[in-house]
This record gives sequence, structure tokens and C-alpha cells, in this order.
Amino acid sequence: MPEFERQTDIGPPHYEQFLPEVIKKNYGKWDYHEIIKPGVMVHVAESGDKLFTVRCASPRLLAITSIRKFCDIADKYCDGHLRWTSRNNVEFLLTDEAKIEPLIKEIEEYGFPVGGLGAELSNIVHTQGWVHCHSSASDASGVVKCVMDELFPYFSGEKRLPAKTRIAYACCLNMCGAVHCSDIAILGVHTRAPVINHDDLPKMCEIPNLIASCPTGAIRPTTVDGKQSVEIVEEQCMYCGNCYTVCPACTINNADTDGISIWVGGKVSNSRVAPKFSKLAVPYLPNNPPRWPEVVEAVKNIVETYAANARKHERMGEWIDRIGWPKFFELIGQDFTKYHIDDFTHAGETFKRTAQLRH
Amino acid sequence: MTEKRKTPLLDELEKGPWPSFVKEIKKEAEHNPMSNDVLGILERSYEEHISHWKHGGIVGVMSYGGGVIGRYCDLPEEFPNVREFHTYRVNQPSAWFYTTKALRHLCDIWEKHGSGLTNMHGSTGDIVFLGGSTESLEPCFAELSAEKEDHPSFDLGGSGSNMRTPSCCVGPARCEWACYDTLDACYNITQTFQDELHRPFFPYKYKFKFAGCPNDCVASIARSDCSVIGVWKDDIQVDNAKVAEYDKNGTDVQAEVCDLCPTKCMEWDGKTLDIDNSNCVKCMHCINLMPKALKPGKERGATILIGAKAPIIGGALLSSVFVPFLEMDPESDYEDLKELTEAIWDLWGEHGKNRERTGEFIQRVGLSNFLEEIGLDPVPEMVMHPRTNPYIFFDDEIFED
Ligand code: HEM
Ligand code: SF4
Ligand code: SF4
Ligand code: SF4
Ligand code: SF4
Repeated sequence: MPEFERQTDIGPPHYEQFLPEVIKKNYGKWDYHEIIKPGVMVHVAESGDKLFTVRCASPRLLAITSIRKFCDIADKYCDGHLRWTSRNNVEFLLTDEAKIEPLIKEIEEYGFPVGGLGAELSNIVHTQGWVHCHSSASDASGVVKCVMDELFPYFSGEKRLPAKTRIAYACCLNMCGAVHCSDIAILGVHTRAPVINHDDLPKMCEIPNLIASCPTGAIRPTTVDGKQSVEIVEEQCMYCGNCYTVCPACTINNADTDGISIWVGGKVSNSRVAPKFSKLAVPYLPNNPPRWPEVVEAVKNIVETYAANARKHERMGEWIDRIGWPKFFELIGQDFTKYHIDDFTHAGETFKRTAQLRH
Repeated sequence: MTEKRKTPLLDELEKGPWPSFVKEIKKEAEHNPMSNDVLGILERSYEEHISHWKHGGIVGVMSYGGGVIGRYCDLPEEFPNVREFHTYRVNQPSAWFYTTKALRHLCDIWEKHGSGLTNMHGSTGDIVFLGGSTESLEPCFAELSAEKEDHPSFDLGGSGSNMRTPSCCVGPARCEWACYDTLDACYNITQTFQDELHRPFFPYKYKFKFAGCPNDCVASIARSDCSVIGVWKDDIQVDNAKVAEYDKNGTDVQAEVCDLCPTKCMEWDGKTLDIDNSNCVKCMHCINLMPKALKPGKERGATILIGAKAPIIGGALLSSVFVPFLEMDPESDYEDLKELTEAIWDLWGEHGKNRERTGEFIQRVGLSNFLEEIGLDPVPEMVMHPRTNPYIFFDDEIFED
């Protein structure tokens, strides 16, 4: 017997009880904001009240030990209030300007640096990887850690970027967290068709469901040793892993051939140019834990090339559209291959249909 | 006490300035056997370059069809404490605000029932409790949802083929650009559709995200079946004295603001910023650059866009415009948005294929058919441009007059 009176369908707690007094008082009546220094901003209300925000890094995966430490700090400096951002950063909210520096000192000493506001690199949103997911083609937190270590000066405000730069990471094409509209998307990829366990399959999976799960129709019914099973037409498989999610007997994970691809130039905000998808820059890099040097190098190269060449306020995608893709590939030193040309539904829409070329 | 593991590969990830998730796991591994086994099995993945987690098996709490993701390891003999390592999705408060009291309460519950590891937060927005046994599910949920002293009660969010946990940007709580109350709308919609959130009725998942303005800080246009993006209808509010201050203090108003406006609808003569608001597409660029001088207009609401999704199965889609402008007045209890939602769910629920998202469904049946069934009139805002393809299915109504 559970020792508590269980409730259902009560929904989340009402947010209002968690808002600091200054927010309750000035809700919907903010006048403007300013970034005072890297990772610190002030919002000024029409009433003249000020709310300071100190934004610090987090690895998304947090131990309750750390959360309790954040609570101690928020009690000491922020009257017990804090929040998280959509990119897994922690924000400490305070009204007393004098407390900002001691707060920063304490949180940085505990190992959580402050930064990531404005035209800087924010945290990398990411997925579960080898820490917790069955279909991951690569780890997530580890790759993110190594990339952020390397690009840290762009987070801390020591180095500047032309505009906001959003990096996102997903460990398979399922893209929990939808990384497909980021300035740089790092994406785990499988590169071989699933291997079928014909003994387990009839016990674990419904064959019609399994066949229907394949976007390209690569899965066909067959009989193996008198048992109903399926076969996969290798040429038709593009390694999405959807069949594996539906049926655990179609293992797609492969230690030797799984790896990482890199996509660029996407965005979600409507500012200046419309939201757009990221496009393929690097088709395949090997999994190389623990420090993933090839991936870190490739991402760093793209960020630095962008930083050195783009105009002020130009997002990655706007910059590439201005200089053109041939120039982009030349600048980052990446060969253009057959893998860069789309061959799925509506692929033709991505072909160049003009003679306006730079020669 | 748990025995300290040797993790030479993972130890490499404790180096460097960025906070380390390995340190986080180690903080709990010192006293929590589940976390200690996570450390061990992850080190194994780092050696072998492959995941050691399995999916499968329906687990959950009584009367719910969602909110818990079943997870098992494939080396149960070696790592018995993570034989079962399920995830709870705990429905977060709007815009992820907390008091330390509420957070400590959550930590205490998770210390008692699980691994002590969390994601703050998962991609859909929930607080993720990372790893509990099957046995712990009911007592943990009971304690989360119970009314206990003066602690807030928490509920589970969505998983599976149902409405997923809605999420929203910080909105009017701390952003001067919010064109409607994202926190209230998110809370209201979440509460209204509790049944759809906890019990899978749908062909596949359905996500809501609420962004207060076209900056779309929660990436709603890329990640939600229903993207609610705040916008205004009337004129941008301009304080010319402040524009001049920006110009004086280093912003080149002509080059950085006017020249980068996508519709070139702004002119600056050094004194007055003249905006042809009838041509402004509300992109936010000028407002983002001069937050003290410019503000969204006063007649505010939201654009409703439908159908975003990641690649699987039919390829990635961005949401597309459905209702160019909808009032988002809390007084109306978001009736219009709810009616629209129910109409979409009815249609997609009846005709959608298994694991077909709304965006894919619309592609399959055609946007015009979809609109007709929902009862919305087509408007030019819905398309980039009219069709170029002359294979038109005419019906009889064109002869009626
Ligand atoms: C008052 C001003 C603003 C506030 C309070 C605000 C708030 C936020 C917050 C809290 C996040 C999550 C950030 C993180 O976790 O690091 C975010 C993300 C984002 N913001 Fe803003 N923001 C503001 C201005 C802007 C501006 C000026 C733009 C565009 C020019 C913008 C576009 C975005 C985008 C694209 C994301 C990332 C969304 C994603 O990919 O998940 N925001 N914003
Ligand atoms: S992106 Fe793929 S591998 Fe990663 S957490 Fe999501 S489903 Fe799992
Ligand atoms: S991985 Fe994807 S494409 Fe390949 S067989 Fe499975 S479902 Fe089909
Ligand atoms: S989406 Fe707009 S209103 Fe919401 S936080 Fe971002 S900038 Fe502010
Ligand atoms: S909001 Fe965008 S389109 Fe409108 S005036 Fe400003 S820059 Fe131009």
C-alpha cells in the first residue's frame, strides 16, 4: 500500500506560486532589458523595478545533489527563486544588484560557469545517448561536453559571434528535441540496415505493424526455418531505425559503423529571414569516445569560419545564403559528395534551377 | 556503501570548463546503487561504442497510458541495479519557474524512490526523473501527486500516442515582447486536456508549444503539431528620442536596422524612424536590436501554425499557417483554440494512420481537404504562393451562382 493519498489528472502545479514577488508585481509590464555583462541581464519594468538574471551552464543531466546546491544558492541570494531555460540553462533571479558578483563567484566555484546570453553560444540542447536510450547511434552528453569545452570562450563572452548561434545534438534520426532547425546540428547516424533476430521476432513483434513502420517499404514478409519473419531489402533502407523502435528484434545499433553527421544553417526564429531547416555539411564522422576529436574539430572549424566571415547580425544560414554553398564548402574545406544531394521525396526541390552561379 | 568503480574513459569527461555530466552521475553513485550501475554500464558503452539499453514492455502507473517510459539494460547480471531503469516525465510548471522549497521536495522524493539523476528538462519540457524500478513506480507517483503538508502536488506528463506535455516561453513573466500570456495559455490547455495527456487516444503524438512572439524561443515552429506564436496587428510603438540615442551610442540605425529589415519598410532620416507598418511582417529584427526604443503594437494575439515534426516517418516539416491571427484573451478561456484543436483531433483521430503525425496527415489528404473538413476558409496567408501545378480537381461548386 502506498503511504500517500494518490491523485490523478491534477495537472502541473500553478506557476504563479513559483514566481518571485518582483515578477508577480510587474507581470506583463516589463519595459526593456539589457545585457549587463556576459551571462547577466536586467529587465526593467514600467514601474522602475529591476529584475536581474544570472544565467549559468548546465549539462542537462543533473544530480539531485547539484539541484540542492542550486537551492542553497538561490536561498542565499534570490529569496528562493530560480528557473530553467528551454536550452537547459539555470537562471538565478534576483533584485539586489550587490548580490550578483558573490552569486557568480559561488556558482562558478561549484563548477557551473556563467554566460550564454545574446550573440553568444548558448547551451547545446541534446538527447539521451548511451546514458539512457536504446536506439542511440552515439552518446549525447559526452559529445556535447567535448564540443562545449572547446567552444567555451564563445559561451563565456570572451569571444564574440556575429549573431546568435544555436547548436543542437540528437543521437538518432528520431531527433527527440528536433535539432533539424539549428545553426549547427550534430546528428547520430546509423549506416547499415538492421540485423534481424529471426528467433525472437515472431515472439516480440507484429509483422504487419513492422512492415508498415518502414517509410521506404524495405521490409518484406518471409519465412525462416518454418517461422514467419521479415527480410530487409538493403538497397531500400536509409537507416532511420523506425522498425527497431517498433520491433526490438530488428537491431540497428552497430558498434563499427554507427557515427555522426553535421548539418548547418537552420533556425527557428522569424527574425529577418524565415525559419529554415539545417542542411548537410559533413555526412559521416566516426564515434571516437571519450573525447570525439573529429566531431569537435569539425564543429569548431564551422563556428570559427562563420565567426571570421559573416557580417554583424547574420545567422549561419543567412551567411551561407549570401556567399553560396560552393563557397561554404570551400571555406570549411569539406568535399562535396553524392551524399550531399537529396534522393528522398521532393528531392528535386533542392536542385539548383538557375544559371546564376559564381564563377 | 557502494564500491567505487574504475571508469578511465568517463574520467576524461571530467576535464574542461563545461560542467560534466559524469561528475553529476558520480555525485549520486557515491550513495545510490542505481547511479553506480549507470556509471558502470556507460563506461562499457564508451569501451564498446554501443548502447546497452533495451526498450519494450509496457510499464506505467495505474489508469495512465503515458508518462512513464520503460527502459531495461541488456546486461542485467552485471548491472542488476539498472535491470529496470524507467523514466518518469513529471509535468513542469509553466516556463520552468521554481521555488527552492518545491525543488527540494522533488529531490527528496527522487532520492527515496529512484536514481537521484534528472534531466532539467527533457526535450518536450518535462522534469525527467531518470531511472526507477517497476516496483517504485506506484509509490513514487503516489508521493508526487499527494497533498503533503504545504508542498505542491505534481502530476505526470505525456508519452506515447497522446497529447504531449505542452510547454511555453518565459513570456510576460519576464519578457517585454510577449504578445499574450504564454504561461496562462499553457497551463489552461494542459489542465483542459488532462485526459488526452494521460491516455493515448491518438494516431500518434500531438504537441503544443506557446511562444510569446515571433522570436519563438521554444522553437515551436519546428517542434510542435500546434505552434502558438504571439504577434501584433497594429503599429510598432516607436520612441524616436530613444532611437536617436541608440544611433548615437553605436547602433548604425540605417545599416543595422533599416537595411536588414526583410521588407525594407523602414526609413531613418537621423531624427525620425518612419515605419510603413502595412508592410511590416512582424519579424522582430528591429525590436530585438533596439528594445528600449521599439515595442510590438498594442493589438495583440497569436498566429496558429500546424504540423511541425522531426524526420521520422515521412520527413521533417515546419508548422504552417492555419489561423493568421487569433485573439488570446484569457477571459475567453482560449475557446477558439480549444474548438480548433478538437476539430483537428476528431478528423485526424478518425482518418490518421497509426504513427502518422498531423503534418503528415495534412500532406496526405491535402491542405484544402483538411480545411474543408475542419471548417476553415482558405486564405492567402496559408501559402508561400498559389499552386503552380495545373492538375486541379474542380468540383461542381464553381458552376453555382
Ligand atoms: C527579452 C528578450 C529575450 C528573452 C527573455 C529570451 C528568452 C529566451 C530564453 C530563456 C531562451 C532559452 C535560452 C537558453 O536556454 O539559453 C531563448 C532561446 C532562444 N531565443 Fe530568446 N529571448 C530573448 C530574445 C531573443 C531574441 C532577440 C531572439 C532572436 C533574435 C531570440 C531567439 C531565440 C532562439 C532562436 C532561441 C533558441 C530556441 C531553440 O532553438 O530552442 N530570443 N530565449
Ligand atoms: S534521438 Fe533517438 S537515440 Fe536519441 S534519445 Fe531520441 S530516440 Fe533515443
Ligand atoms: S531502418 Fe528504416 S528504412 Fe531501414 S528497414 Fe528499418 S524502417 Fe525501413
Ligand atoms: S518567444 Fe518572444 S516573448 Fe517569448 S521569451 Fe522569446 S522573445 Fe520573449
Ligand atoms: S519587425 Fe521586421 S519587418 Fe517589421 S519593421 Fe521591424 S525589421 Fe521590418
